Amino acid sequence: MQRYFLSKLGQSILLLFGVLLLVFFMVRVTGDPASLMISREASPEAVEAFREKMGFNDPILTQFGRFLSGAVVGDFGNSLHFKSPAMQMVMERVPATVQLAGTALLMAAVVGIPLGLIGGFNPGSAMDNLGRGLALLGQSIPNFWLALILILIFAVRLGWFPSFGRDEWKSVVMPAFVLGLPTMGQIVRLTRSTVLEIRGEDFIRTAHSKGLEPRTIYVKHVLRNVAIPLVSVIGVQFGYMLGGSIYIETIFSWPGMGQLVEQSVGWRDFPLVQAVAFFVSLVVLLLNLLTDVAYAIIDPRIRYGK
Amino acid sequence: MASEERTQAADSLLDVERTFKDRLAYAGRFLWRDRSGIIGLILFLVVVVAAVFAPQFSPYDPLEQNLRDNKMPPAWSAEGGWDHPLGTDNLGRDTLSRILYGTRVSLTVGFFGVLIAGTLGVVIGAIAGYAGGRVDAVIMGFINLVLSLPYLLFVVFIASILGRSLINVILIFGITDSPIFARVTRGEVLRIRESGYVESAISVGARWGRILFDHIMPNLMGPLITLATFEMSRMIFYEAGLGFLGLSVPPTVPSWGNMLANGRKYLTSSPWIATFPGLAIMFTSLGMNLLGDWLRDVLDPRLRRSRK
Repeated sequence: MQRYFLSKLGQSILLLFGVLLLVFFMVRVTGDPASLMISREASPEAVEAFREKMGFNDPILTQFGRFLSGAVVGDFGNSLHFKSPAMQMVMERVPATVQLAGTALLMAAVVGIPLGLIGGFNPGSAMDNLGRGLALLGQSIPNFWLALILILIFAVRLGWFPSFGRDEWKSVVMPAFVLGLPTMGQIVRLTRSTVLEIRGEDFIRTAHSKGLEPRTIYVKHVLRNVAIPLVSVIGVQFGYMLGGSIYIETIFSWPGMGQLVEQSVGWRDFPLVQAVAFFVSLVVLLLNLLTDVAYAIIDPRIRYGK
Repeated sequence: MASEERTQAADSLLDVERTFKDRLAYAGRFLWRDRSGIIGLILFLVVVVAAVFAPQFSPYDPLEQNLRDNKMPPAWSAEGGWDHPLGTDNLGRDTLSRILYGTRVSLTVGFFGVLIAGTLGVVIGAIAGYAGGRVDAVIMGFINLVLSLPYLLFVVFIASILGRSLINVILIFGITDSPIFARVTRGEVLRIRESGYVESAISVGARWGRILFDHIMPNLMGPLITLATFEMSRMIFYEAGLGFLGLSVPPTVPSWGNMLANGRKYLTSSPWIATFPGLAIMFTSLGMNLLGDWLRDVLDPRLRRSRK
């Protein structure tokens, strides 16, 4: 268990270094980061002064060294637009995004898991078809478009929910629904197929044949095994939502990291984009690590095997 | 009785060794029994036909502006007319024509994106799977890095650096999506390499080229075609998303994402401008997902049993 954990930790640290490398070189891929970040009308002197100020004239290894030593203490330089530390700006946006993603995940799980269970235990039933239809829809509807349609219906026409901002509890409902829908579909599919698969296993037949109550079998044997893939998918999906809420935060003017990315891309404020990209990657890697640990705790096969 | 059992055993053996062509023939028969597969195929074909014959079907030039007829609602609403069946946008451009031409952008990105991603991924994955050992460890480490990144965030990041052009969008998706193909290919190569028929091919002295092309490649095609369908649908989706953020093809090109970005500004006054491109994305995506589900069931015999 300890060795398993340590090797996962080592892998994550290596991956994090890879992320830093990527984030550093990405803004340099066109060859001239200064002209990328400064407005196109700037005079050549201004560009040169900017280049000097940002240290783009130094050897690339010096630049990378400086970037790395800053990154380990969370310093990604100043935002070009706000002139204040980039990481601090990102941190201010974290609570809003976490609230949105958390609510979305909760909605997805609360609806998705029961639908998946019902579908798995009664394949072909009306509820099963409903769940599968929902899953397909969640996979196929472009969320940026669904957001617009929902605003049109529930905010403009009916006035049930506010169309933008984060001022009251109702504000989170629409963006969280849109963000959570694809995940809901995935949870339905996964739960359903896992239940179907496990119901056919030998140990379930044995449990039935030795006369256990069906309810005991469902709770103790089936649900426990359904939890394993669900934990991993929920972990992955939460990470995906943190980085994938760009459209939804933009459309609903939700003051989170996704909106910050959209804005800073428009301002060509790349230190800010770098800070968001690094921070979200860090969180995703941590989540993956946590998922692996949770996995090992739930599933003894991983704990003792390999 | 005994001979019947033997034929059955032979049949199930044949099932494993069935060539790709036989599977396609089987898929054809299977298709008639699977309604959702048919629907998916039809939706996909409609999109392809719309893309190929966009100039013939379009009532107008998609770029032609006609300010007198701007923001016309679709034909079935009171003020609409059959001159513009799906209405016009803020510059009086015909929505139907722009949607038809938009299929070209979407399919081009999807097709070439998958082609690049698939080619890169299959080569990388086959090397990793076949070489094993340290090579495999390094390649898979890199692939896991890319796959663990917040995908959309990095795609937006790269797109904003490279700038708006069709080639850039195709390259971005082609490169960022290749790890998925690599991972699937590696997994399949590992599995096939350990299988009984490859072992027997090696034991009768088959050369590696023959093993690769006669045994490994045909068995790879099924999972890869399925994956390609899903990934193409995903790319069409993401391309529209980038367009919506103003990061895909240049704003003058009629693409679904650009139309959505434009329509968003007139959402409350003229909602149809944003509605129709969204529907187009949805039906394309729906079609390809249904097609992909069906292909997976048909091309992968191991999954077939779990259908019912």
